Amino acid sequence: MNWLLEFFGKAENWSGSGGIPMRLLEHLEFSVMALALAVVIAIPLGLLIGHTGKGGLGVVVTANLARALPTLGLLVLFVLLLGTASILPVIIPLVLLAIPPILVNTFEGIRGVDPELRDAAYGMGLRGGQVLGRVLVPVALPLILLGLRLSAIQVVATTTIAAYTGLGGLGRFVIDGFSTQDYASVVGGSVLIVLFALVVQVLFTVVRWVTVSPGVSQRVKTR
Amino acid sequence: MASGALVATLLSPVSDGPPTLWEWLGRNWDTGRVDSIKNLLVDHLIMSLVPIFAALVVALPLGLASVRWRWLYQPTAGVFNVIYALPSLPVFMLLIQFSGLSKTTVIVPLTFYGCAVLIPSVVDGLGSVPDHVRQSAVAMGFTPLRRLLQVELPIAVPVVLAGMRVVAVSSISLVSVGALIGQGGLGMLFTRAYQNPFVPPALVGIVLIVLLALVADGLLVLAQRLLTPWVRARRAT
Amino acid sequence: MRRSWQGGRGPCRERKRSRVITFDDVTKRYPDGTVAVDHLSLEAPTGEITVFVGPSGCGKTTSLRMINRMIDASEGKILLDGEPVQGIDPPTLRRGIGYVIQQAGLFPHRKIVDNIATVPYLLGWDKKKARTRAMELLERVGLDPVMGERYPFQLSGGQQQRVGVARALAADPPVLLMDEPFSAVDPIVRTSLQDELLRLQSELNKTIVFVTHDIDEAIKLGDRVAVLRVGGKLAQLAAPKTLLSEPADDFVREFLGHDRGIRRLQFISTEGLRLRTDLTVPEGFSGPTDEPWLLVVTPDDRPVGWISRERPDEVEQYGTFVLGRDSMRSALDAALLSPSGCAVAVDEAGKVVGAATREALDEALAEAADG
Repeated sequence: MNWLLEFFGKAENWSGSGGIPMRLLEHLEFSVMALALAVVIAIPLGLLIGHTGKGGLGVVVTANLARALPTLGLLVLFVLLLGTASILPVIIPLVLLAIPPILVNTFEGIRGVDPELRDAAYGMGLRGGQVLGRVLVPVALPLILLGLRLSAIQVVATTTIAAYTGLGGLGRFVIDGFSTQDYASVVGGSVLIVLFALVVQVLFTVVRWVTVSPGVSQRVKTR
Repeated sequence: MASGALVATLLSPVSDGPPTLWEWLGRNWDTGRVDSIKNLLVDHLIMSLVPIFAALVVALPLGLASVRWRWLYQPTAGVFNVIYALPSLPVFMLLIQFSGLSKTTVIVPLTFYGCAVLIPSVVDGLGSVPDHVRQSAVAMGFTPLRRLLQVELPIAVPVVLAGMRVVAVSSISLVSVGALIGQGGLGMLFTRAYQNPFVPPALVGIVLIVLLALVADGLLVLAQRLLTPWVRARRAT
Repeated sequence: MRRSWQGGRGPCRERKRSRVITFDDVTKRYPDGTVAVDHLSLEAPTGEITVFVGPSGCGKTTSLRMINRMIDASEGKILLDGEPVQGIDPPTLRRGIGYVIQQAGLFPHRKIVDNIATVPYLLGWDKKKARTRAMELLERVGLDPVMGERYPFQLSGGQQQRVGVARALAADPPVLLMDEPFSAVDPIVRTSLQDELLRLQSELNKTIVFVTHDIDEAIKLGDRVAVLRVGGKLAQLAAPKTLLSEPADDFVREFLGHDRGIRRLQFISTEGLRLRTDLTVPEGFSGPTDEPWLLVVTPDDRPVGWISRERPDEVEQYGTFVLGRDSMRSALDAALLSPSGCAVAVDEAGKVVGAATREALDEALAEAADG
């Protein structure tokens, strides 16, 4: 508790390039950038594979392998190979780790839609794209959002670890503090990151609540 | 992954006239020091296997209770969902105050993450028992305990083991983050690679961790085949 | 009966009401060599219900799905009013053909009203018009309008199936394809859905192709029934009555089942049945009589029950049939229900018009067997 007061009470922690607002912004920036890139790659691919039904096995196998990849190892490897001149060596592994959950859940979500529904949609004269956009995606949305949430959790955690390789973000308080035995910084930073992760979690709950049809989540009560 | 050409290209920016990956691995496998790769591997196994089984031990009764008393499920799942969202590094850091720089600091959070995955698996697994099967077991006079042990749990095994596979693979890879507090098993190779800086330890670490995960996954698949012979028999027909 | 006929015509009044579907030597062969439909030639006439019936593997669903090109025929032609469907862009073709499937296939993320309005939306109707049309149809298939704002999961299976029918009718297509639409609901609901369909059809006169594996359903609904055998060959195409009286071969005979004689009764009219009008007596009657049984009626001619000569104080149960409308099957059923062995004939308003004795029923049956 004292450490928390010390950390949050220190004026210099609230300003400058090493201050809390700046670090928070950095953390947000890296996370959003990585997640956005992963979304741009994984969602269209997942929709395509799920809709056409081709290449599904490859996706699942790759995704399971990806889960086994140690994030810290991947970060270190890319930084050693590509240097630290740009943030690329950090963004690449972040994106690589963020893709599988989105890809797999999008694919599984689309593929898992009741075949009767697909049949009915085509039977009423919807075209391929309309079937995907008007029927499959809304019905698969809970799973697609689950994939996004798992990815976001992964990205926030990995961004924290990326501070080890010199990247900014909230992880710096923790890792720098740990090496200089500044426990106020370690504890304060840890609490900040935990809060950040919780906000992300809440955000996704809200998004889910707003975007998923009550008919799919079966949220409304009869009468 | 470790084909000669690829490794050579990967190594070239850092070291001239490099030892091959396998030479480096052989030289550091058993140096007799605490941080020999062999010792790191053992540490890694301890820190990943304990959470996997501890999570099962915790998740089974919690899952069963959630099935028995439905109102319990939402809050339980909610709490573990939140825990699952917490990044591992800050959690390790916060735990240091209680358990110090020990393996426990890594094992405890990993156990919680595992529970977050396994509790829904147990609940879904028991939910996958068809109602007519449950009813006929009741009608034949099974006591609740025997029904659970001899009918419901065996049918739930495939779903629970699918959850176990996720837990095993992610635990094995997550342990390496512990390297940042000096308790990472094979993850220590990553900090060593970064500090020196030298690529082979990082590569060896990644390869060994992925191999370990694959072996664990394979063993769980095997366990599922042995425990549920009827699933394969059904597929064969 | 609902009086929504006038308003229900909707905006498609000027469009041609119905079309004839022709199978011209159609074969469906899959890449692995399986033949699902084998040189099928038949016609589903305008404004009639044609039922495809047969055991599983007889290609009945495949045949149906070739009409709206959910499956494409390998050989032969399917014509819609003489135009080969193979030449029409599938989505365009399908928007002009209503399609009802087993589990209804309602979109879970859309309210019932929007589910029904799916095809109108696709055809570019404006939203208000489409929704008005949807609400109209909701009532027409016998559902409460408040259902419109619900989601599919809030409806029972039978209700969902009604919505499925309404959805297929939304753009007023001249042709309706129904693929085992009622087989997933319980028998009581199924019967009411079948009655509802017949009622709707009497108003709408669509060209309907209906697939089922249930021969009773085929006989009840079909104007014409096509019995298909495994391998996709047509065994017989006939009106239900003909099917029952003259099955083409052993396969059809066996598929119809052992009680096809009894089922034939439902195609024999009660019109012209000889009735006795001298058996009715008012309530409280206790005079002497030669008849073993007398029918007690109220002052406005409603039946009360049978009394016997031996025990005039005990009123026994009776069974009725509507003269001319109900079949001999109902008349016999009514006769078997009462201890007197006579069936009470009533008019459409429920007033007693006479009693059919066993002898009279016998005569009618003998006549039917000869003719």
